[in-house]
Amino acid sequence: MNDWHKLKDRIAIVGVGNTPYGNFPEIDDYGLGARAFRSAVEDCGIEKDKIDGLLVCRVPHYARMGEILGLNPRWTIQMPPHGRMSGMAIIEAAAALDAGLCDYAALIYANIGRSRRVNYGGEESPGVWDPWGFTSPGAAHAMMFQRHRALYGTTTRQLAEVSVAFRHHACLNPAAVMKQPITIDDHEAARPITEPLRLLDYCLINDGAVCIIMTTKERAKDLKKRPVMISGIGAREAYSTSSIGNFDLNFWYDEMRDVGAQAYGMAGVGPADVDALMCYDNFSPTVLFSLEGLGFCEQGEAGAFVEGGALKLGGRLPTNTDGGHLSNSYMQGWALNIEAVRQIRGECGERQVPDAQVVQYCGATPCSRSIIYTPG
Amino acid sequence: MQTDIAKPRPKIDNVSRGFWDHARAERLSVQTCAACGEKHFPGSPVCPKCLSEDQSWVPVSGRGKLLSWVRFHRAYWDSFREDLPYLVCLVGLDEGPMLVSNLVGVEPEAIAIGAEVEVVFEKVDEELTLPKFRLRG
Ligand SMILES: [Zn+2]
Repeated sequence: MNDWHKLKDRIAIVGVGNTPYGNFPEIDDYGLGARAFRSAVEDCGIEKDKIDGLLVCRVPHYARMGEILGLNPRWTIQMPPHGRMSGMAIIEAAAALDAGLCDYAALIYANIGRSRRVNYGGEESPGVWDPWGFTSPGAAHAMMFQRHRALYGTTTRQLAEVSVAFRHHACLNPAAVMKQPITIDDHEAARPITEPLRLLDYCLINDGAVCIIMTTKERAKDLKKRPVMISGIGAREAYSTSSIGNFDLNFWYDEMRDVGAQAYGMAGVGPADVDALMCYDNFSPTVLFSLEGLGFCEQGEAGAFVEGGALKLGGRLPTNTDGGHLSNSYMQGWALNIEAVRQIRGECGERQVPDAQVVQYCGATPCSRSIIYTPG
Repeated sequence: MQTDIAKPRPKIDNVSRGFWDHARAERLSVQTCAACGEKHFPGSPVCPKCLSEDQSWVPVSGRGKLLSWVRFHRAYWDSFREDLPYLVCLVGLDEGPMLVSNLVGVEPEAIAIGAEVEVVFEKVDEELTLPKFRLRG
């Protein structure tokens, strides 16, 4: 057994919370983070002052967040505002809890990109390729999808299946930002942003916050709800083409194979056992890349795999049942992880996957991660 | 003096200067490690393979293969607005390193991934010349 496999079913998610999602110019990231924290504290019924671990992501300053929440923890981590951090953060917190560096960790993510008009490109994120007009993570995904098309014959109508399925889920999620159903033809008719990607291939930009409270299996028993266990984790970075941000010439296939092998091996399950997938979807192509890397289909076959609504509730692999980044909320993976928890708890109402026992989070990025959740 | 409509300029520092000096003389170059021979772009303060600082910008053939391409329909800088829609390519140089650049003199219908490409130079002003690419033959 690999050493880190000892973490299997040792650490639980005990509380989850989120704010509404939208455009909130009147409140800042600390205010949103505090609301999500309060909601997660209520969700698990913990005495707030027992929380002795604090991880913040996309919140400007950990100490101000601690001051606002009245916390003086013995473990603190601040993570940068990059989308790939949610899986990394949960794994780091699990390791810290297992090591006894803290007993209860609160992980807080807040985003005010909508009300503050963040563009994710141009002057706000200078890069080597600016003189040629190449900028924004969406353009890197467009570059990858163009290559996937050429190598495997993947079509934009197949890509549309991703956006259409997630919008369908958002229509079943009262908290989701986007509520208008869309069709494959709507996707094809949407305005191009960076061709071959169109508007409906791009994630939302909205304000909001998410909080996750974690503890050990033993301590989880004393809290309000049945814990959701971290049963498998996998991780692999790919930094060698970092100058082209959010890009991998082989679609992070090797990295996701590795991540999947780690996570499935630790949890003792395989892709066929996954009841629902929560897949990082900053842009729709990455969902295809993730499905291939994790082995839900062979490389090059994800276009065919997703046809006919395979990712919808009732399909062969219900994916991003909250609507994902494309249609629920741009919480950079954090909302997908709390959706995984709520699916296992059976709290998802109209969008509930019946008897969800194995729910997997994954993100194919320069820091690829996966987490497999099961009931405690 | 840059104006509001000037396009973004490269960051020229001790590491990247050699590339832009060569470009002004219409030569494409990649940073090459004298210790181990590793070639890479963009430049790096140490060789990513062996960590040596003994590196220089060595001209390359300017030929390569088109690995992918996109067409921008959104202007992330106002200065690119009049160029819309414009083509950006990813080129794998025959010598190994990958470069992002612009593909010129071609309509999207004629572009095929895997096509042979070669460098061309576009003089922006006295200080700056940008390497771009066109289809070969
Ligand atoms: Zn070297």
